[in-house]
Amino acid sequence: MMKNIFIRFSFADLFTYLFLAVMAFLSIFPFIWMVIGATNNSIDITKGKISFGDQLWVNIASFFEQVDVGLIFWNSSKITIITCVLTLGISSVAGYGFEVFRSKPRERLYTMVLLTLMIPFAALMIPLFISIAKAGLINTHAAIILPGLASAFIIFYFRQCTKAFPPELRDAAKVDGLKEWQIFLYIYLPVMKSTYAAAFIIVFMASWNNYLWPLIVLQSNELKTITLVISSLASAYYPDYGVVMVGTIFATIPTLAIFFLMQRQFVQGMLGAVK
Amino acid sequence: MSSKRAEQLGRYKNITGWMFVTPALVLMGIFMIYPILWSLWMSFQTGKGVRTKFGGFDNIVRLANDPIFLKALFNTMTFLAIQVPIMIFLAIIMASLLNKSNLWARGWFRTAIFLPCVTSLVAYSILFKSMFGIDGVVNQTLMFIGIVDDPIGWLTDPFWAKTLIIISITWRWTGYNMIFYLSAMQNIDASIYEAARIDGISAWRRLISLTIPMMKPVILFTTVTSTIGTLQLFDEVNNLTQGGPSDSTLTLSLYIFNLTFKFMPSYGYAATVSYVIVFIVVILAFLQFRVSRDRK
Repeated sequence: MMKNIFIRFSFADLFTYLFLAVMAFLSIFPFIWMVIGATNNSIDITKGKISFGDQLWVNIASFFEQVDVGLIFWNSSKITIITCVLTLGISSVAGYGFEVFRSKPRERLYTMVLLTLMIPFAALMIPLFISIAKAGLINTHAAIILPGLASAFIIFYFRQCTKAFPPELRDAAKVDGLKEWQIFLYIYLPVMKSTYAAAFIIVFMASWNNYLWPLIVLQSNELKTITLVISSLASAYYPDYGVVMVGTIFATIPTLAIFFLMQRQFVQGMLGAVK
Repeated sequence: MSSKRAEQLGRYKNITGWMFVTPALVLMGIFMIYPILWSLWMSFQTGKGVRTKFGGFDNIVRLANDPIFLKALFNTMTFLAIQVPIMIFLAIIMASLLNKSNLWARGWFRTAIFLPCVTSLVAYSILFKSMFGIDGVVNQTLMFIGIVDDPIGWLTDPFWAKTLIIISITWRWTGYNMIFYLSAMQNIDASIYEAARIDGISAWRRLISLTIPMMKPVILFTTVTSTIGTLQLFDEVNNLTQGGPSDSTLTLSLYIFNLTFKFMPSYGYAATVSYVIVFIVVILAFLQFRVSRDRK
């Protein structure tokens, strides 16, 4: 027995654990740094102090003084929730439609939808900016929400997952006299709950963390999102890093919470693309 | 009767089908297809602000003679060529180490390594900026361990600024790619490994000649997505280095942003630069398509 354990714990195992421990530490360290930083003043942070300080309340107070935290959080939440609901609605309906009702012209259009996945945002932003400006939507939240509503990736994701939706369920519902939209609403939606959860996480993360497009279309401070606010706090000539750390924690808590509450769906959503 | 009914049913199905897909298609037309065609047209326009005129290939000539564009292209390609291979290599190694089912604290390791994916690109860039200052925690640690004698100018030296961007992206995305590999490895039949182990093939050889060939499609997929992502690099450089020092971390996306929103807008030229990215992405996607077809 002893001998067995001894042989098992080989040099290779030692290397494995050492390597993984170092990698895990490097992965987590910036999070620890963020929490420690929130308790220190700016000078200590730039000097690399890695112990807890007593500045937490000072930093929080000064963050709330500089930023209308409630309003900024409301802006981010409002944009994110509206984006999630509308994107999931429109894109899941389309993904289901493409898979269940097949026809040649629709297959061609679906190929087009997939091709748009290759379009980099940089190539869209100038015409989008001009269109949004012409529509008088600059400096509104609608300008942020509208362009992302039909997401090619989410359509693709729902079509892939719909392949696993049993056709017998549809047939049975039809025999019972349900209309197509009723089948979608009362049968498909509840059955595909986990697909919706995974897609929700994808859209939530993208929307909450969105930076470039809001940076372009939002100008007034009272409309800005938390991501924009922490970016502008940190890009000051002499940033107050204690305040920046508090802001970063505030910006990260919602995504961290979703990750820990829905870890399985989170990973499923990330992997969605290769299934 | 049956043919008429089938026809009716077919038409009915067709109309319902269109009702399901039309909202999404209309939105994509407005916010994707129309803008991408418009920016193609724009790329043939020259001039600044609202005064523009048709310039033919003037913008392409300007590209070839624009040292800042060439620098941005070079930087973006450098990030790609160095960062993507390092990250994919690291991710494969970590995935294969984590794939052992008897590994102690396996779930903890996996969660920890995946955790960077949860942060926003802006948030982690800010954290890295605060860590990599001249007196910052990273330099202090490196000097304490004795790796370097003098602090490194991560944000002030062109070479180290590039390195910092590469380190940052690697930190953020390695765990993300690892998850793909881990899930692909778990789908590989364990008996193949068992047979190889019995034949006395070392772990390293098993990785090189068994695992990696079987994971080719996933590796290809992650390489292409990472490449497309890096081509669009913006949030990190804008928050960490603002493209500096002396444009050493300027990327194509940041240059387009500067051309459009920082300087006197020159939409036409910015659109031309953006089509350089489109062009590279299309080539890459085509290559991926060719390789994955050849396999079948």
